[in-house]
Amino acid sequence: MVGKTIKKWWPVFILPTFAAFVIGFLWPFIWGIYLSFCKFTTVQDVTFVGFSNYSKILLDKTFSHAFWLTVGFAFLSSILINVCAFAIALALTKGYKGTNAFRTVFFMPNLIGGIVLGYIWQTLLNGLLSMWGQPLLALSAKNGFIGMLLLLMWQQIGYMMIIYVAGLNNVSPDLIEAAKIDGATSSQILFKIKIPMIMPSVTICTFLTLTNGFKMFDQNLSLTGGDPGKQSQLLALNIYDTFYARSGAQWKGIGQAKAVVFFILVVAIALIQLKATSSKEVQQ
Amino acid sequence: MKMKKLTAMGLAALMAATMVPAVPAMAEDASGAVYYLNFKPEQDEAWQNLAAAYTDETGVPVTVVTAASGQYETTLQSEMAKSEAPTLFQVNGPVGLKNWKDYCYDLADSDIYSQLTSESYALKDGDSVAGIAYVIESYGLIVNKTLLEKAGYTLDDIKSFDDLKSVADDIQSKKDDLGIKGAFTSAGMDGSSDWRFKTHLANLPIYYEYVEDGIDDTDEIKGTYLDNYKNVFDLYITDSTCDGAELSAKTADDSRNEFVNSEAVFYQNGSWEYAELAKTFGDDELAMIPIYFGVDDENEGLATGTENYWCVNKNASEEDIQATLDFMNWCVTSETGTKSMAEDMGFTIPFKTAVAPSNVFVKQDQEYTDAGLTPVSWNFTTMPSEEWKNVLGTALTAYAAGTGSWDEVVSAFVDNWAMEKALSE
Amino acid sequence: MGNKKKSIIPTIILTVISILWLYPILLILLNSLKVESAITTSGVFSFPTGETWNGIANFVASVTQMDFLKSFWYSLVISVMSVVLILLCCSMSAWYIVRVNGKLSKAFYYLCVFSMVVPFQMVMFTLAKTADTLKLNNPYNICIIYLGFGAGLAVFMFTGFVKGIPLEIEEAALIDGCSPLQVYTQVLIPILKPTIISTAILELMWVWNDYLLPTLVLDIKKYRTIPMAVQYFRGSFGHVQMGPMMASIMIDIIPIIIIYLVCQKYIIEGVVAGAVKG
Repeated sequence: MVGKTIKKWWPVFILPTFAAFVIGFLWPFIWGIYLSFCKFTTVQDVTFVGFSNYSKILLDKTFSHAFWLTVGFAFLSSILINVCAFAIALALTKGYKGTNAFRTVFFMPNLIGGIVLGYIWQTLLNGLLSMWGQPLLALSAKNGFIGMLLLLMWQQIGYMMIIYVAGLNNVSPDLIEAAKIDGATSSQILFKIKIPMIMPSVTICTFLTLTNGFKMFDQNLSLTGGDPGKQSQLLALNIYDTFYARSGAQWKGIGQAKAVVFFILVVAIALIQLKATSSKEVQQ
Repeated sequence: MKMKKLTAMGLAALMAATMVPAVPAMAEDASGAVYYLNFKPEQDEAWQNLAAAYTDETGVPVTVVTAASGQYETTLQSEMAKSEAPTLFQVNGPVGLKNWKDYCYDLADSDIYSQLTSESYALKDGDSVAGIAYVIESYGLIVNKTLLEKAGYTLDDIKSFDDLKSVADDIQSKKDDLGIKGAFTSAGMDGSSDWRFKTHLANLPIYYEYVEDGIDDTDEIKGTYLDNYKNVFDLYITDSTCDGAELSAKTADDSRNEFVNSEAVFYQNGSWEYAELAKTFGDDELAMIPIYFGVDDENEGLATGTENYWCVNKNASEEDIQATLDFMNWCVTSETGTKSMAEDMGFTIPFKTAVAPSNVFVKQDQEYTDAGLTPVSWNFTTMPSEEWKNVLGTALTAYAAGTGSWDEVVSAFVDNWAMEKALSE
Repeated sequence: MGNKKKSIIPTIILTVISILWLYPILLILLNSLKVESAITTSGVFSFPTGETWNGIANFVASVTQMDFLKSFWYSLVISVMSVVLILLCCSMSAWYIVRVNGKLSKAFYYLCVFSMVVPFQMVMFTLAKTADTLKLNNPYNICIIYLGFGAGLAVFMFTGFVKGIPLEIEEAALIDGCSPLQVYTQVLIPILKPTIISTAILELMWVWNDYLLPTLVLDIKKYRTIPMAVQYFRGSFGHVQMGPMMASIMIDIIPIIIIYLVCQKYIIEGVVAGAVKG
């Protein structure tokens, strides 16, 4: 009945969102896919070139470098963030004094934007590196990479911790009590009860950290800007750089093609993730 | 009844979709408007004021937008794709022009072109005039005269590379007595000031090679004067405020602060630094001397040139192009314009009606030229690509830190030049 | 007794970690109070003392020099308008999608879910061009772009929640003679309130901090948001106005921290809700 009544109200309920969705996503998306097969500098001078943009990507060494760097970065950051976040969440669900205050502190960096975060960490890390007589972030790809890892950990551990805390709080205390009575050690409780019980949280957090790692842009731009010589450039920045910083008619098309590849990569990860989540849910 | 309801719903939907306060459209003047995408953040405020003054005087709207540092190219690219694209933008020389020549209006018949003091300040693309230099800058070694005198020397003691080396070595040896940290400021090998070495200092070996061969560009650099380049760079890093290995841990600000805090005597930089340094030093405490290179020291002046060329967007509407040309001409000929460019921006402009700037370094450049010294021209605009500079910068940093050899610098200079030139064809 | 001993040591450890956690922000705060020449790469760790103490001069400089208050205003306008529009339109759409459950609305739903994973770089050029053509390039109507690009997450979260609402209440309201709009405002919104808050927070965090979208879409001749303005403290010759820059970072962070401390409960609930559904 409700459905029938509101069905003809679509101009009010769904049209505004849909119209904006077409403007803000659908049309640019379809257009973007088309442009990846074209050579263009502005939208007035588009010529269709087929797959040549895609074949040129393979020749672009900066792209393959950025690709593997991003893969490495996403996995490494995902593991580090999840392990730290889980450890802190465990500590915060033990009922120690000041738990709420700690939770407040750990979560806070998450609210700060990527550009500003980058500048904060640039100041801090360059200061430390300078004190130790090490090359600055912009001069050493290794330091830049570690810097980005630290930055992302600082930003995201709090967020993942909140999710883990919620998950751990849902583990029934009776179950743990029963296990204790049966003589289970605390590590047994952790690995046999707590971790299996919060697997949904683990998958969510892995997914979030992985996609965040893959899509990272602002922090990369402001912390290292890709220096030295694009050595610390992640995929998102590489695409932006190809698009807007390299001049020459061919680069825009190549940039758009790179974006399509990047998009397929992210979607593939999301699908794998979705599958993993649903199979877990079946088991439970 | 049903119709009424539907109409009401339609209206509601429309309202939801356009739930936006009406914004008055920009009053498009028939006489055109100017949109200037400025490159130099330091001069942003002066440009805004000058634009406002022009609008007051003529009623033509002028918008000045300054790109964030290091993002001129990205901003220009994204703005050029918009419907209200910049009408006035800049390129840095022949290499930059290559990317934008399709957008450049031919300035050969413009008033501003006829105002240039020298033909050489026009950037040509074949027969057409694609760009016009609007500022001339000089760089060299900035000297803290007070400290130099304290060390027992005057400017007259430094007339060649050998003089410079002996003075610097002596100052370095008694730095503790003088209460300073070193003869030269530290480097700043990151993006903040590595251009001082990979571009500005690297200009000298290119300049002398071009002079010797009588050319102004080449596909293959020989590197005849790279030993001199090494000598100067070695001097910078040995008589420095810090250890060579630590150079890569310093930024442009560190280097400037050392000079401002009177911790170093020499500081390689350009006339654009004057405004910043004048906050601390009086005019008689500062001097700029040529970067003596050990080739033709007697005749070497400051390195003077430009990498700032104005270009007019030819895709703009005719009215906007005319408005832009008028604005450019006004900036370099009117009293308000020339005064602002000289005093507020501290520019030397290559136009007939220029006002002498108050900038000490610029005045000195004039004195050197009047004394018969030859200014070193800016040939780094012919460097093959940004990539070439970056590779050189990386090699220099490694050399300074002791992790790389000079041979790698030479290779980055010579071999990479040929490679990058070939790539850019 | 043993229990008490156990509860003190972890608290101390966590306190130490917390202080380290806050240190980057404290560092920026300290430096924002120093004179420019004291903010060197190696000198960032020193405390502002007599000579290097600059009071609030940097804050004054950053506010006056860069029209920072204007940027603040634009950021605020864009964030508030976008979030309000997203909440209103997407909750309506979600209700419609769930209750009508037709093929088209389902297709729209899946498109929304799909849009959540698409990276922004995929559409940045074409979106900027579209926005430019439609003149959606000022702080007062860029919210339509945000509604379009942000619809995915909001529609997804709202549908997830609406599915759990029993039909009976709405039916009763309709029988009582309410129009669908009245049902939406008087029945749906009160029930949806927790989800509205959660979604609002997630979207607000995104829009306030967003950098690339406004940079490419906004008419930069007139408007700059805070993340864009912070970049302008770097000069072309490597000179960074460190003092005002540090101050501007603090001006960006302080309201966030205040809002966070006040609405902490909702923010954390929002994150949990978003994660469980997402």
